[in-house]
Amino acid sequence: MSEHEHHHHEEHAQRAPSALETRVRALEAQLTEKGYIDPAALDVLIDAYQTKIGPRNGAQVVARAWQDPEFRRRLLEDATAAIASLGFAGRQGEHMVAVENTPEVHNMVVCTLCSCYPWAVLGLPPTWYKSAPYRARAVKDPRGVLKEFGVELPASTHIRIWDSTAEVRYLVLPQRPPGTERLSEAELANLVTRDSMIGTGLPKSAA
Amino acid sequence: MTYRSHADLGGQDVRDAIVQEAEGDVFHAPWEPRVMALVVAMGPTGLSNIDMNRAARETLPNYRDLSYYEIWLAALEKLALQNGVLSESPPPPKRVLHAVDVMAAIKQGWPVSRPAASPARFSLGDRVRTVQREPPHHTRLPGYARGKVGVIEKIHGAHVFPDTNAHGMGETPQWLYTVAFDEKELWGETAPLQCSIVSVDAFEPYLEPA
Repeated sequence: MSEHEHHHHEEHAQRAPSALETRVRALEAQLTEKGYIDPAALDVLIDAYQTKIGPRNGAQVVARAWQDPEFRRRLLEDATAAIASLGFAGRQGEHMVAVENTPEVHNMVVCTLCSCYPWAVLGLPPTWYKSAPYRARAVKDPRGVLKEFGVELPASTHIRIWDSTAEVRYLVLPQRPPGTERLSEAELANLVTRDSMIGTGLPKSAA
Repeated sequence: MTYRSHADLGGQDVRDAIVQEAEGDVFHAPWEPRVMALVVAMGPTGLSNIDMNRAARETLPNYRDLSYYEIWLAALEKLALQNGVLSESPPPPKRVLHAVDVMAAIKQGWPVSRPAASPARFSLGDRVRTVQREPPHHTRLPGYARGKVGVIEKIHGAHVFPDTNAHGMGETPQWLYTVAFDEKELWGETAPLQCSIVSVDAFEPYLEPA
């Protein structure tokens, strides 16, 4: 299996991009001509997911939860509403659940069947999240996966894996790093990495 | 014709390294953002729904050989053909997403919660067994979680049922539950212990009392 996979990855790297580029242009032209697509809407969508909707949104949610116990309570009770109150509601975040890391439990999110991911708070998923090795191993060998990401947790910590098999989207609320009591919300948000909100990473430590 | 998904990867023996990437690196070729936007923009046309899209992707025979945006592209092409989009008399779009409406459409999203037709069959803490049989159509119960005993951990209300919605048989909303499984139940007594619990979000028809 490993050799087979490797072989295909090399093929990807060598494939001429022009063939795919041509296919996409042809499809877009056809869909536009038949009246299904407004190409200007595609530009706005791309800009939205490149500059407006990404993991910095989620980082603000996490920082607020670290700073404001009442917001944290609302986030854990009804994440969709709490996240909407910060202005991050929407597509692929319609049904949100926030799961909190504690000294006893570490949460990690995967979609073994496709690529379900909380776009509204994290933007588009990274390639590895959609890849076969992550989807195959996250459920069966979570500690091995975490090790690949440089995370080693005590043997006694429970690993809780959420396989997003329906339209519920999960956001991990990581543990607040020690020594951050005096930081502002914006400074706290800078410590929150994308991977820490998927559960494959931990927040950065205070400088 | 038998239905075969090539996307059910959970628990499979895939040994390649996980290639990490920096936060901003969501696209890796200039055509990829275009494909993402095409998929999103085709939503409002009503020609296919998210479950039809997933079914079109997971049944691509070369699914495992394609990158993720190649999968999206191939499924878009397949659905365009199937839906007669490229024919002489293409079906009219329900709605066309215009540039001025994009941000509002993103904000609004596409909620799939629906009123329940009947009371929930299971309660929090109930032990349930997932169905064993793999149905001959699109479904959202992963292979590794078939025929396994777990506990109802969350109840999400009734949601659109992918098994029917993917095949044009209506939304037929079903109760949706988070069902948590112990690692030994999923991987057997001999698998190395990880101190882990895995949950799936399972629709009521996937579950029986245990």
